[in-house]
Amino acid sequence: MRTRSTISADILRLDPAAETERITAWIRETVSHNLRRRGAVIGVSGGIDSSVVAFLCARALGSERIQILFTPEADSSPDSLRLGRMVADALKAKSALEDISAILKGARCYERRDDSVRLVVPEYGDGYKCKIVLPGLLDASRYSIFSVVVQSPDGQTRKIRLTPEAYLGIVAATNFKQRARKMMEYYYADLLQYAVAGTPNRLEYDQGFFVKNGDGAADFKPIAHLYKSQVYQLAAYLGVPEEIRRRPPTTDTYSLEQSQEEFYFTLPLEKMDLCLYGKDRGIPPADLVAAAGMEEDLVERVYAMIDSKRKVAKYLHAHSLVVE
Amino acid sequence: MVQKIRTFVIDNYLFGEEGKLRNDDSFMESGIIDSTGILELVRFLEATFGVKISDEELIPDNLDSIEKIAAFLQRKLPASAAVGGAPSLQPAQR
Repeated sequence: MRTRSTISADILRLDPAAETERITAWIRETVSHNLRRRGAVIGVSGGIDSSVVAFLCARALGSERIQILFTPEADSSPDSLRLGRMVADALKAKSALEDISAILKGARCYERRDDSVRLVVPEYGDGYKCKIVLPGLLDASRYSIFSVVVQSPDGQTRKIRLTPEAYLGIVAATNFKQRARKMMEYYYADLLQYAVAGTPNRLEYDQGFFVKNGDGAADFKPIAHLYKSQVYQLAAYLGVPEEIRRRPPTTDTYSLEQSQEEFYFTLPLEKMDLCLYGKDRGIPPADLVAAAGMEEDLVERVYAMIDSKRKVAKYLHAHSLVVE
Repeated sequence: MVQKIRTFVIDNYLFGEEGKLRNDDSFMESGIIDSTGILELVRFLEATFGVKISDEELIPDNLDSIEKIAAFLQRKLPASAAVGGAPSLQPAQR
Protein backbone atom coordinates (compact mmCIF):
# COMPACT_ATOMS: atom_id res chain seq x y z
CA MET A 1 0.00 0.00 0.00
CA ARG A 2 1.33 3.40 -0.96
CA THR A 3 1.99 5.84 1.86
CA ARG A 4 0.40 9.21 1.23
CA SER A 5 2.95 12.03 1.09
CA THR A 6 2.32 15.16 3.06
CA ILE A 7 2.45 18.20 0.82
CA SER A 8 2.21 21.49 2.67
CA ALA A 9 1.18 24.85 1.27
CA ASP A 10 4.57 26.02 2.59
CA ILE A 11 6.16 24.19 -0.31
CA LEU A 12 6.04 27.46 -2.28
CA ARG A 13 7.89 29.47 0.36
CA LEU A 14 11.10 30.98 -0.92
CA ASP A 15 14.01 32.89 0.56
CA PRO A 16 13.08 36.38 -0.69
CA ALA A 17 16.53 37.88 -0.10
CA ALA A 18 18.31 35.13 -2.04
CA GLU A 19 15.72 35.13 -4.81
CA THR A 20 15.91 38.91 -5.15
CA GLU A 21 19.68 38.69 -5.42
CA ARG A 22 19.41 35.96 -8.06
CA ILE A 23 16.85 37.85 -10.17
CA THR A 24 18.56 41.24 -9.97
CA ALA A 25 21.89 39.72 -11.02
CA TRP A 26 20.08 38.13 -13.97
CA ILE A 27 18.42 41.42 -14.94
CA ARG A 28 21.77 43.24 -14.91
CA GLU A 29 23.40 40.59 -17.05
CA THR A 30 20.43 40.29 -19.41
CA VAL A 31 19.78 43.98 -20.01
CA SER A 32 23.30 45.29 -20.22
CA HIS A 33 25.18 42.35 -21.72
CA ASN A 34 22.75 40.09 -23.56
CA LEU A 35 20.39 42.77 -24.85
CA ARG A 36 22.92 45.63 -24.71
CA ARG A 37 20.33 48.18 -23.60
CA ARG A 38 20.75 51.05 -21.16
CA GLY A 39 17.78 50.45 -18.90
CA ALA A 40 14.28 49.06 -18.70
CA VAL A 41 10.76 50.23 -19.55
CA ILE A 42 8.07 48.86 -17.26
CA GLY A 43 4.36 49.31 -17.87
CA VAL A 44 2.98 49.61 -14.34
CA SER A 45 -0.70 48.82 -13.83
CA GLY A 46 -0.90 49.22 -10.09
CA GLY A 47 -1.10 45.44 -9.75
CA ILE A 48 1.25 43.21 -7.82
CA ASP A 49 3.20 41.74 -10.75
CA SER A 50 4.20 44.92 -12.56
CA SER A 51 4.98 46.59 -9.22
CA VAL A 52 7.35 43.79 -8.24
CA VAL A 53 9.03 43.93 -11.65
CA ALA A 54 9.52 47.69 -11.28
CA PHE A 55 11.07 47.24 -7.83
CA LEU A 56 13.35 44.47 -9.08
CA CYS A 57 14.48 46.50 -12.11
CA ALA A 58 15.15 49.55 -9.96
CA ARG A 59 17.22 47.44 -7.59
CA ALA A 60 19.10 45.78 -10.45
CA LEU A 61 19.74 48.78 -12.69
CA GLY A 62 19.22 51.80 -10.47
CA SER A 63 16.07 53.95 -10.37
CA GLU A 64 17.60 56.38 -12.86
CA ARG A 65 17.74 53.60 -15.46
CA ILE A 66 14.11 52.65 -15.41
CA GLN A 67 11.18 54.29 -17.20
CA ILE A 68 7.78 53.62 -15.69
CA LEU A 69 4.81 53.95 -17.99
CA PHE A 70 1.11 54.38 -17.16
CA THR A 71 -1.28 53.57 -20.01
CA PRO A 72 -4.85 53.99 -18.82
CA GLU A 73 -7.83 53.93 -21.18
CA ALA A 74 -11.54 54.66 -20.95
CA ASP A 75 -12.40 51.47 -19.04
CA SER A 76 -9.46 51.56 -16.59
CA SER A 77 -10.12 51.84 -12.90
CA PRO A 78 -8.82 55.16 -11.48
CA ASP A 79 -7.14 53.07 -8.78
CA SER A 80 -4.74 51.65 -11.36
CA LEU A 81 -3.14 55.00 -12.09
CA ARG A 82 -3.15 56.08 -8.44
CA LEU A 83 -1.42 52.88 -7.32
CA GLY A 84 0.95 52.98 -10.29
CA ARG A 85 2.06 56.46 -9.26
CA MET A 86 2.65 55.12 -5.77
CA VAL A 87 5.24 52.73 -7.24
CA ALA A 88 7.01 55.45 -9.22
CA ASP A 89 7.07 57.72 -6.18
CA ALA A 90 8.43 54.98 -3.92
CA LEU A 91 11.23 54.27 -6.39
CA LYS A 92 11.83 57.94 -7.29
CA ALA A 93 11.79 56.80 -10.90
CA LYS A 94 10.85 58.80 -13.98
CA SER A 95 7.34 58.06 -15.19
CA ALA A 96 5.12 58.99 -18.11
CA LEU A 97 1.36 58.99 -18.52
CA GLU A 98 0.09 57.93 -21.93
CA ASP A 99 -3.69 57.67 -22.15
CA ILE A 100 -4.32 55.17 -24.93
CA SER A 101 -8.08 55.84 -25.25
CA ALA A 102 -7.62 57.88 -28.43
CA ILE A 103 -5.53 55.13 -30.04
CA LEU A 104 -8.22 52.62 -29.14
CA LYS A 105 -10.98 54.85 -30.47
CA GLY A 106 -9.01 55.25 -33.70
CA ALA A 107 -8.82 51.47 -34.01
CA ARG A 108 -12.58 51.29 -33.21
CA CYS A 109 -11.81 49.01 -30.26
CA TYR A 110 -14.82 50.07 -28.16
CA GLU A 111 -17.16 50.22 -31.15
CA ARG A 112 -16.17 46.74 -32.36
CA ARG A 113 -16.48 45.32 -28.85
CA ASP A 114 -19.92 46.86 -28.33
CA ASP A 115 -21.10 45.59 -31.73
CA SER A 116 -20.06 42.09 -30.65
CA VAL A 117 -21.85 42.37 -27.30
CA ARG A 118 -24.99 43.46 -29.18
CA LEU A 119 -24.99 40.12 -31.02
CA VAL A 120 -26.28 38.60 -27.78
CA VAL A 121 -27.61 41.69 -25.96
CA PRO A 122 -29.25 43.84 -28.68
CA GLU A 123 -30.09 46.72 -26.32
CA TYR A 124 -26.44 47.13 -25.17
CA GLY A 125 -25.39 50.76 -25.65
CA ASP A 126 -24.49 54.01 -23.90
CA GLY A 127 -24.33 53.74 -20.14
CA TYR A 128 -24.04 49.95 -20.17
CA LYS A 129 -21.03 48.11 -18.75
CA CYS A 130 -19.83 44.58 -19.43
CA LYS A 131 -17.30 41.86 -18.69
CA ILE A 132 -16.90 38.26 -19.81
CA VAL A 133 -16.74 35.44 -17.29
CA LEU A 134 -16.16 31.70 -17.02
CA PRO A 135 -18.05 29.32 -14.73
CA GLY A 136 -16.04 28.59 -11.58
CA LEU A 137 -14.28 25.25 -11.71
CA LEU A 138 -15.11 24.75 -8.04
CA ASP A 139 -18.83 24.86 -8.79
CA ALA A 140 -19.29 22.21 -11.44
CA SER A 141 -17.61 20.07 -14.05
CA ARG A 142 -18.90 22.18 -16.91
CA TYR A 143 -16.88 23.23 -19.91
CA SER A 144 -15.19 26.59 -19.63
CA ILE A 145 -17.66 28.47 -21.77
CA PHE A 146 -17.64 32.25 -21.62
CA SER A 147 -20.69 34.32 -20.80
CA VAL A 148 -21.04 38.07 -20.93
CA VAL A 149 -22.28 39.94 -17.87
CA VAL A 150 -23.92 43.25 -18.74
CA GLN A 151 -25.02 45.98 -16.39
CA SER A 152 -27.70 48.37 -17.65
CA PRO A 153 -27.61 52.08 -16.80
CA ASP A 154 -30.14 51.47 -13.99
CA GLY A 155 -27.78 48.93 -12.38
CA GLN A 156 -29.52 45.70 -13.43
CA THR A 157 -27.11 42.89 -14.35
CA ARG A 158 -27.70 39.95 -16.65
CA LYS A 159 -25.49 37.02 -17.67
CA ILE A 160 -25.85 35.58 -21.19
CA ARG A 161 -23.92 32.72 -22.80
CA LEU A 162 -21.86 33.97 -25.74
CA THR A 163 -22.11 32.77 -29.30
CA PRO A 164 -18.79 32.00 -31.05
CA GLU A 165 -18.98 35.23 -33.07
CA ALA A 166 -19.75 37.37 -30.04
CA TYR A 167 -17.00 35.78 -27.94
CA LEU A 168 -14.34 36.07 -30.62
CA GLY A 169 -15.43 39.60 -31.51
CA ILE A 170 -15.22 40.81 -27.91
CA VAL A 171 -11.82 39.20 -27.33
CA ALA A 172 -10.36 40.39 -30.63
CA ALA A 173 -11.49 43.95 -29.95
CA THR A 174 -10.32 44.13 -26.34
CA ASN A 175 -6.94 42.68 -27.30
CA PHE A 176 -6.27 46.06 -28.94
CA LYS A 177 -5.73 47.35 -25.41
CA GLN A 178 -2.76 45.14 -24.57
CA ARG A 179 -1.27 45.66 -28.02
CA ALA A 180 -1.61 49.45 -27.86
CA ARG A 181 0.10 49.41 -24.47
CA LYS A 182 2.98 47.36 -25.83
CA MET A 183 3.35 49.67 -28.81
CA MET A 184 3.72 52.59 -26.39
CA GLU A 185 6.25 50.70 -24.25
CA TYR A 186 8.40 50.08 -27.32
CA TYR A 187 8.18 53.75 -28.26
CA TYR A 188 9.91 54.58 -24.99
CA ALA A 189 12.30 51.65 -25.38
CA ASP A 190 13.39 52.99 -28.79
CA LEU A 191 13.60 56.53 -27.50
CA LEU A 192 15.79 55.67 -24.52
CA GLN A 193 17.52 52.56 -25.86
CA TYR A 194 15.97 50.59 -23.03
CA ALA A 195 14.65 47.02 -22.96
CA VAL A 196 10.99 46.27 -22.30
CA ALA A 197 10.29 44.27 -19.16
CA GLY A 198 7.48 41.72 -19.28
CA THR A 199 5.49 41.21 -16.11
CA PRO A 200 3.82 37.78 -16.27
CA ASN A 201 4.08 35.44 -13.31
CA ARG A 202 4.42 31.70 -13.75
CA LEU A 203 0.68 31.00 -13.84
CA GLU A 204 0.10 33.56 -16.56
CA TYR A 205 3.15 32.58 -18.59
CA ASP A 206 2.54 28.83 -18.39
CA GLN A 207 -1.21 28.92 -18.89
CA GLY A 208 -1.30 31.49 -21.68
CA PHE A 209 -3.00 34.27 -19.77
CA PHE A 210 -1.68 36.98 -22.06
CA VAL A 211 -2.32 38.54 -25.45
CA LYS A 212 0.03 37.46 -28.21
CA ASN A 213 2.08 40.45 -29.31
CA GLY A 214 0.41 42.38 -26.50
CA ASP A 215 1.34 41.89 -22.87
CA GLY A 216 2.95 38.62 -24.00
CA ALA A 217 5.66 40.58 -25.83
CA ALA A 218 8.76 41.74 -23.96
CA ASP A 219 12.55 41.62 -24.09
CA PHE A 220 12.88 39.92 -20.71
CA LYS A 221 10.46 38.44 -18.16
CA PRO A 222 12.02 38.45 -14.70
CA ILE A 223 9.19 36.84 -12.68
CA ALA A 224 7.85 34.32 -15.21
CA HIS A 225 9.36 31.52 -13.11
CA LEU A 226 7.58 32.56 -9.90
CA TYR A 227 4.22 31.30 -8.65
CA LYS A 228 1.75 34.02 -7.74
CA SER A 229 2.17 33.40 -4.02
CA GLN A 230 5.94 33.76 -4.45
CA VAL A 231 5.43 37.12 -6.16
CA TYR A 232 3.57 38.26 -3.03
CA GLN A 233 6.47 37.08 -0.86
CA LEU A 234 8.93 39.09 -2.94
CA ALA A 235 6.59 42.12 -2.86
CA ALA A 236 6.63 42.13 0.93
CA TYR A 237 10.41 41.80 1.02
CA LEU A 238 10.96 44.54 -1.58
CA GLY A 239 8.66 46.99 0.20
CA VAL A 240 5.92 47.23 -2.42
CA PRO A 241 3.22 49.47 -0.87
CA GLU A 242 0.75 47.50 1.21
CA GLU A 243 -2.31 48.77 -0.67
CA ILE A 244 -0.96 47.18 -3.84
CA ARG A 245 -0.21 43.93 -2.02
CA ARG A 246 -3.77 43.81 -0.68
CA ARG A 247 -5.47 44.63 -4.00
CA PRO A 248 -7.27 41.60 -5.51
CA PRO A 249 -5.76 40.72 -8.92
CA THR A 250 -7.89 42.18 -11.70
CA THR A 251 -7.66 42.26 -15.48
CA ASP A 252 -8.66 45.96 -15.58
CA THR A 253 -9.75 45.38 -19.18
CA TYR A 254 -13.54 45.50 -19.07
CA SER A 255 -15.88 48.26 -17.90
CA LEU A 256 -17.23 46.00 -15.15
CA GLU A 257 -14.60 44.91 -12.65
CA GLN A 258 -13.35 41.43 -13.52
CA SER A 259 -11.16 39.16 -11.43
CA GLN A 260 -8.49 36.97 -13.02
CA GLU A 261 -10.29 34.03 -11.42
CA GLU A 262 -13.54 34.59 -13.31
CA PHE A 263 -11.78 35.48 -16.55
CA TYR A 264 -9.22 32.74 -16.80
CA PHE A 265 -8.11 30.58 -13.91
CA THR A 266 -11.61 29.64 -12.58
CA LEU A 267 -10.31 28.98 -9.06
CA PRO A 268 -8.45 31.01 -6.42
CA LEU A 269 -4.87 31.76 -7.39
CA GLU A 270 -3.32 30.15 -4.29
CA LYS A 271 -5.05 26.88 -5.19
CA MET A 272 -4.03 27.27 -8.81
CA ASP A 273 -0.40 27.75 -7.64
CA LEU A 274 -0.43 24.47 -5.71
CA CYS A 275 -2.09 22.53 -8.52
CA LEU A 276 0.41 23.78 -11.10
CA TYR A 277 3.26 22.90 -8.75
CA GLY A 278 1.80 19.44 -8.11
CA LYS A 279 1.12 18.80 -11.77
CA ASP A 280 4.67 19.72 -12.81
CA ARG A 281 6.22 17.51 -10.18
CA GLY A 282 4.01 14.51 -10.83
CA ILE A 283 2.38 14.71 -7.41
CA PRO A 284 -0.72 12.48 -7.31
CA PRO A 285 -3.93 14.51 -6.82
CA ALA A 286 -4.66 12.67 -3.56
CA ASP A 287 -1.45 14.05 -2.03
CA LEU A 288 -2.52 17.62 -2.74
CA VAL A 289 -5.93 17.39 -1.07
CA ALA A 290 -4.91 18.70 2.36
CA ALA A 291 -2.61 21.50 1.20
CA ALA A 292 -5.01 22.80 -1.45
CA GLY A 293 -8.16 22.22 0.58
CA MET A 294 -9.75 20.59 -2.45
CA GLU A 295 -11.33 17.20 -3.10
CA GLU A 296 -9.24 14.72 -5.08
CA ASP A 297 -11.55 14.73 -8.11
CA LEU A 298 -11.37 18.51 -8.29
CA VAL A 299 -7.56 18.42 -8.25
CA GLU A 300 -7.77 15.90 -11.10
CA ARG A 301 -10.01 18.30 -13.01
CA VAL A 302 -7.59 21.16 -12.47
CA TYR A 303 -4.72 18.97 -13.71
CA ALA A 304 -6.74 18.33 -16.89
CA MET A 305 -7.51 22.04 -17.23
CA ILE A 306 -3.79 22.86 -16.95
CA ASP A 307 -3.08 20.53 -19.87
CA SER A 308 -5.94 21.98 -21.86
CA LYS A 309 -4.78 25.59 -21.36
CA ARG A 310 -1.21 24.58 -22.24
CA LYS A 311 -2.44 23.41 -25.62
CA VAL A 312 -3.89 26.86 -26.27
CA ALA A 313 -0.78 28.56 -24.88
CA LYS A 314 1.43 26.70 -27.36
CA TYR A 315 0.18 28.95 -30.17
CA LEU A 316 0.55 32.05 -28.00
CA HIS A 317 4.18 31.21 -27.22
CA ALA A 318 5.09 30.25 -30.78
CA HIS A 319 7.45 32.51 -32.71
CA SER A 320 6.93 33.12 -36.41
CA LEU A 321 7.59 29.84 -38.17
CA VAL A 322 9.76 29.68 -41.28
CA VAL A 323 10.44 27.01 -43.86
CA GLU A 324 13.56 25.07 -42.93
CA MET B 1 -27.36 11.65 -36.82
CA VAL B 2 -23.92 10.25 -36.09
CA GLN B 3 -22.75 10.97 -39.62
CA LYS B 4 -23.98 14.58 -39.46
CA ILE B 5 -22.08 15.17 -36.21
CA ARG B 6 -19.02 13.41 -37.56
CA THR B 7 -19.01 15.49 -40.73
CA PHE B 8 -19.32 18.71 -38.74
CA VAL B 9 -16.42 17.78 -36.45
CA ILE B 10 -14.17 16.72 -39.31
CA ASP B 11 -14.98 19.74 -41.50
CA ASN B 12 -14.57 22.27 -38.72
CA TYR B 13 -11.81 20.95 -36.49
CA LEU B 14 -9.77 18.56 -38.60
CA PHE B 15 -9.50 20.58 -41.82
CA GLY B 16 -11.68 17.96 -43.53
CA GLU B 17 -9.12 15.22 -42.87
CA GLU B 18 -10.96 12.26 -41.46
CA GLY B 19 -7.79 10.52 -40.31
CA LYS B 20 -8.27 8.09 -37.48
CA LEU B 21 -11.05 9.87 -35.61
CA ARG B 22 -13.19 7.24 -33.92
CA ASN B 23 -16.69 7.92 -32.73
CA ASP B 24 -15.66 7.30 -29.13
CA ASP B 25 -12.49 9.44 -29.20
CA SER B 26 -12.48 12.09 -26.46
CA PHE B 27 -12.36 15.61 -27.92
CA MET B 28 -10.63 16.89 -24.79
CA GLU B 29 -7.97 14.20 -24.59
CA SER B 30 -7.19 14.46 -28.29
CA GLY B 31 -7.24 18.27 -28.16
CA ILE B 32 -9.57 18.45 -31.15
CA ILE B 33 -12.00 21.00 -29.71
CA ASP B 34 -11.24 23.93 -27.44
CA SER B 35 -13.73 26.11 -25.58
CA THR B 36 -14.48 28.22 -28.67
CA GLY B 37 -15.04 24.97 -30.55
CA ILE B 38 -17.57 23.88 -27.94
CA LEU B 39 -19.51 27.10 -28.53
CA GLU B 40 -19.56 26.34 -32.27
CA LEU B 41 -20.54 22.74 -31.64
CA VAL B 42 -23.43 23.74 -29.39
CA ARG B 43 -24.75 26.20 -31.95
CA PHE B 44 -24.52 23.50 -34.65
CA LEU B 45 -26.41 20.98 -32.53
CA GLU B 46 -29.12 23.50 -31.62
CA ALA B 47 -29.58 24.65 -35.21
CA THR B 48 -29.40 21.23 -36.85
CA PHE B 49 -31.35 19.08 -34.40
CA GLY B 50 -33.79 21.64 -33.05
CA VAL B 51 -32.78 21.28 -29.41
CA LYS B 52 -32.00 23.90 -26.78
CA ILE B 53 -28.93 23.07 -24.70
CA SER B 54 -28.80 24.61 -21.24
CA ASP B 55 -25.65 25.75 -19.43
CA GLU B 56 -26.02 22.80 -17.03
CA GLU B 57 -25.85 20.37 -19.96
CA LEU B 58 -22.48 21.71 -21.15
CA ILE B 59 -20.51 18.86 -19.62
CA PRO B 60 -18.09 16.33 -21.10
CA ASP B 61 -20.52 13.47 -20.36
CA ASN B 62 -22.80 14.97 -23.02
CA LEU B 63 -20.41 16.45 -25.55
CA ASP B 64 -16.93 14.92 -25.37
CA SER B 65 -17.19 12.49 -28.30
CA ILE B 66 -19.36 11.82 -31.31
CA GLU B 67 -20.96 8.89 -29.50
CA LYS B 68 -21.68 10.90 -26.38
CA ILE B 69 -23.27 13.68 -28.40
CA ALA B 70 -25.46 11.21 -30.25
CA ALA B 71 -26.57 9.59 -26.98
CA PHE B 72 -27.23 13.01 -25.46
CA LEU B 73 -29.36 14.04 -28.44
CA GLN B 74 -31.29 10.79 -28.33
CA ARG B 75 -32.21 11.58 -24.73
CA LYS B 76 -33.23 15.14 -25.56
CA LEU B 77 -35.10 14.63 -28.78
CA PRO B 78 -38.81 13.77 -28.90
CA ALA B 79 -39.35 10.00 -28.83
CA SER B 80 -40.70 9.87 -32.39
CA ALA B 81 -37.59 11.44 -33.86
CA ALA B 82 -35.22 9.35 -31.78
CA VAL B 83 -36.91 6.02 -32.48
CA GLY B 84 -36.94 6.61 -36.21
CA GLY B 85 -33.37 7.78 -36.18
CA ALA B 86 -34.42 10.80 -38.21
CA PRO B 87 -34.45 13.82 -35.95
CA SER B 88 -35.91 17.10 -37.00
CA LEU B 89 -33.64 18.98 -39.33
CA GLN B 90 -35.48 22.27 -38.81
CA PRO B 91 -33.27 24.96 -37.37
CA ALA B 92 -34.11 25.87 -33.79
CA GLN B 93 -36.22 28.98 -33.33
CA ARG B 94 -33.97 31.56 -31.72
